[in-house]
Amino acid sequence: MRLWRKFYCLSLASVSQNYFKLFDLDQSFCIDLSTLERHYRKIQSAVHPDRFVTASSAEKLSAMQQATLANEAYQTLKKPASRAKYLLSLSQIDATQETNTAMPMDFLIQQMAWRETLEDCKADKDIAGLEQLATEMRQAAHLLAEELNRLFDEQNDLSAATDATRKLIFIDKVCEDINKAITQIED
Amino acid sequence: MAYSDKVLDHYENPRNVGSLDKNDPNVGTGMVGAPACGDVMKLMIKVNDAGLIEDAKFKTYGCGSAIASSSLVTEWLKGKTIDEAYAIKNSAIAEELALPPVKIHCSVLAEDAIKAAVADIKAKQAGKEAA
Repeated sequence: MRLWRKFYCLSLASVSQNYFKLFDLDQSFCIDLSTLERHYRKIQSAVHPDRFVTASSAEKLSAMQQATLANEAYQTLKKPASRAKYLLSLSQIDATQETNTAMPMDFLIQQMAWRETLEDCKADKDIAGLEQLATEMRQAAHLLAEELNRLFDEQNDLSAATDATRKLIFIDKVCEDINKAITQIED
Repeated sequence: MAYSDKVLDHYENPRNVGSLDKNDPNVGTGMVGAPACGDVMKLMIKVNDAGLIEDAKFKTYGCGSAIASSSLVTEWLKGKTIDEAYAIKNSAIAEELALPPVKIHCSVLAEDAIKAAVADIKAKQAGKEAA
């Protein structure tokens, strides 16, 4: 048991923190979510504090660090926007660089319209309107995820993938704000 | 995080919120966005025959600092030439509003919105001369 545990921690540490390798996944945008889930649970169970009750403090610390890393990696890979952003970062591209504020005009106009609808619905406490907006935005997010599939895994076009990732991050942010607004109205 | 008094003032009483006629040949529109925080900013300027900015309006969805940055620049823009407007630096905006380091990107957004609006009006004017 003790040996096995040591081996597990060592093998985890040696993946040099690549999130995809950590979960035995190919480094691509399209991933099998059930594989991700399965490997995540396996790691979490292997480094669970209960297994380290009698371990040295160094081992306890190492296990805790592995658990934190696995959690961060899982959260990053689970969602398309953060997975795309992470994939780009592996190619030294920062999709949300603060000095880059240029976005396609049609997308910004669309973004402004979504924000206006959100504000109007919030003012009118219109939950049905907010839910409709959320549906519309989920559809837009779905189309972008399909586009990212092609751009990353088929065409390896990282420049276009960066643009699409920025759009998806934008959309996720509005969706988050829609959910907040719905919760606020319901309270 | 505490906002400075100036940010709060602009946030609570934003100046020059609204739009101008985007089809007016003397109106330039600049739109920019910051995906990291989901901010989107629209800035419109109207230039008179003397080449001075006579009106500026903005519409910003974002945090208090982004709203304050765009509100402040609409005040600064009025009476300036478009070249003077183009020279406005985000550091001046950040300094005036006492923005903390994590909010500097809001002033970058405002500077880029000015540059985009100036580029738009220059393109419109070039088109007018060519016609």
